[in-house]
Amino acid sequence: MNSGKILLVEDNPDDVALTMRALKSHNITNDVVVAQDGVQALDYLFGAKGRPAPADLPAVVLLDLKLPKVNGMEVLQRIRAEERTTLLPVVILTSSDEERDIIDGYKLGANSYVRKPVDFVEFTKAAQQLGLYWLLMNRAPPPPRGP
Amino acid sequence: MAIRDWPIKRKLTAILLLISGLVLVLTSAAFVTYEVVTFRQTMRNNLATRAQILAANSTAALAFANEADAREILAALKADPHMVAAALYGRDGRVLAAYPAAAAAGLIPAAPEPDGYRFEGGRLVGFTPVAQGANQRLGTLYIASDTKAVSDALRLSGIIAIVVLAIAMLAAYAMAAALQGPISAPILALAETATAASTRQDYSLRAPKFGEDELGTLTDAFNQMLGRIEEQKTELQQHAMKLEQRVAERTKELERRAVELQAANSELDAFAYSVSHDLRAPLRSIDGFSQVLLEDYGAQLDEGGRDSLQRVRAASQRMATLIDDLLKLARVTRAEMRTERVDLSGMARDIVADIERTTPDHQVEFAIAPGLEAEGDVRLLRVVLDNLLRNSWKYTGKQPQPRIEFTAVDENGDRVFVIKDNGAGFDMKYADKLFGVFQRLHSTAEFEGTGVGLATVRRIINRHGGRIWAEGVVDQGATFYFTL
Repeated sequence: MNSGKILLVEDNPDDVALTMRALKSHNITNDVVVAQDGVQALDYLFGAKGRPAPADLPAVVLLDLKLPKVNGMEVLQRIRAEERTTLLPVVILTSSDEERDIIDGYKLGANSYVRKPVDFVEFTKAAQQLGLYWLLMNRAPPPPRGP
Repeated sequence: MAIRDWPIKRKLTAILLLISGLVLVLTSAAFVTYEVVTFRQTMRNNLATRAQILAANSTAALAFANEADAREILAALKADPHMVAAALYGRDGRVLAAYPAAAAAGLIPAAPEPDGYRFEGGRLVGFTPVAQGANQRLGTLYIASDTKAVSDALRLSGIIAIVVLAIAMLAAYAMAAALQGPISAPILALAETATAASTRQDYSLRAPKFGEDELGTLTDAFNQMLGRIEEQKTELQQHAMKLEQRVAERTKELERRAVELQAANSELDAFAYSVSHDLRAPLRSIDGFSQVLLEDYGAQLDEGGRDSLQRVRAASQRMATLIDDLLKLARVTRAEMRTERVDLSGMARDIVADIERTTPDHQVEFAIAPGLEAEGDVRLLRVVLDNLLRNSWKYTGKQPQPRIEFTAVDENGDRVFVIKDNGAGFDMKYADKLFGVFQRLHSTAEFEGTGVGLATVRRIINRHGGRIWAEGVVDQGATFYFTL
């Protein structure tokens, strides 16, 4: 089972605030876990010193690409490399629509690629649709069998 | 070997031998002839003298027809072994006596012949009158001598001539061999030098000079020629070296430029990447929190406050569009080009269909000529057509019967593509500003736009090696021309 949570990997606090607001205003009640850089995201998923990995994986990871320390592509690579997270739905949610990012993202196994609109009304719509789709409509992959 | 292929030495020797041989043979022949003629004359004179003595001695024997006396007189000839025959004829012409006594009938003519001496059948024969006093002819004496003496003399002089000829030819050969040197040596040296120069390509060689004659002149001219060739070869080599050096320099320069260009490109790449990620984020905050303000505190603001926030939002969205357009322009510059045959008519129809689908409220009559094709990068050419058609579509927005044509004409062998509309047009005064980045001929209030589209189009056309230009009349429309 997944936890029904959203893991938002985003270093820009403004974007975090706006995303949270967009999700909340559309009654998406799930918990949103925020990781402010790639290292925090990986620590959350795979555990770190003093904190074990959560028993359940998030329903979806909303992944920014330009992140301090470990960037989004590297995070995606690690997620796909680990057996536990290899099927975890990952949506790249970023400012850029550089072709190379889109291609690399899909090559590394992203499930979707969404560009953040500047227009906040559009942004809110996008966040709402993402939440609805990945939390309610999409059927998550079965959890990996424990060792 | 044909004579003309003989070595010049042999030719010269042969010529000298031929000439000296001819001269010697002629001289020897003259000598032998002279000898023979003189000898024969002497022999005849001797025989005549002897005959006259015999005739004088025979007068008595003939006068008395004394055969025994006559025979005796003739027998005295025995002393001379060359005397082969003799006879005394009487006045009646009959043989009175003969020598030798038993002479064969063929040896002695039956009757006397006219007086005189002649060579006849290897013998010298003669008839001499035997007379008493001046007038009284008593008979005729016949005498015959062999010509062995003549042939002996001839043989001797022949042998002498041959020996002299042989010695002279030997001497001539030796002299010819020694004397042809001054002529053949320079020629041989020239030939050797020429062969060496041409086979070894060594033009520093010089033919040795033997004298100031024509061959000397020839040698000088040949050596000068070699000198010229050598100079020119050196010059050529220097030129080639310089050229190589220049090519190497240029190549190095080009490589350096390529590295620089690559550095600049990757810098631009990094810049564009950074812009696309980082420049939009603050805009999102500006727009987002303005909207938050409007949503959460809109009621506490008056009309002016809400209007200001709307303006902030509009500006940030416009800036986002600007950034996007600029990034597109940068992408067009960076994009790798793949040239192929492109169906421009089909591409234009696709774009028109897309325009009509997304903006059903502004209906435009499109006329697209069929079969328009060009060589180019399909993605970049799509950007060109998209920009130009949407441009025309945009500027015909206020025209009651908007019409846009896409055709092509051939001009001076070049295919010129034409996109023509009957929209707002432009003043030709500003035609040069049309394709500049951020250059606009209309305000945003009149027609939306960032002023990047046509700059992008021009950049793509330039990358294809083509040209683009435009004609326009205010309120009557604009026509864009481009080649690829």
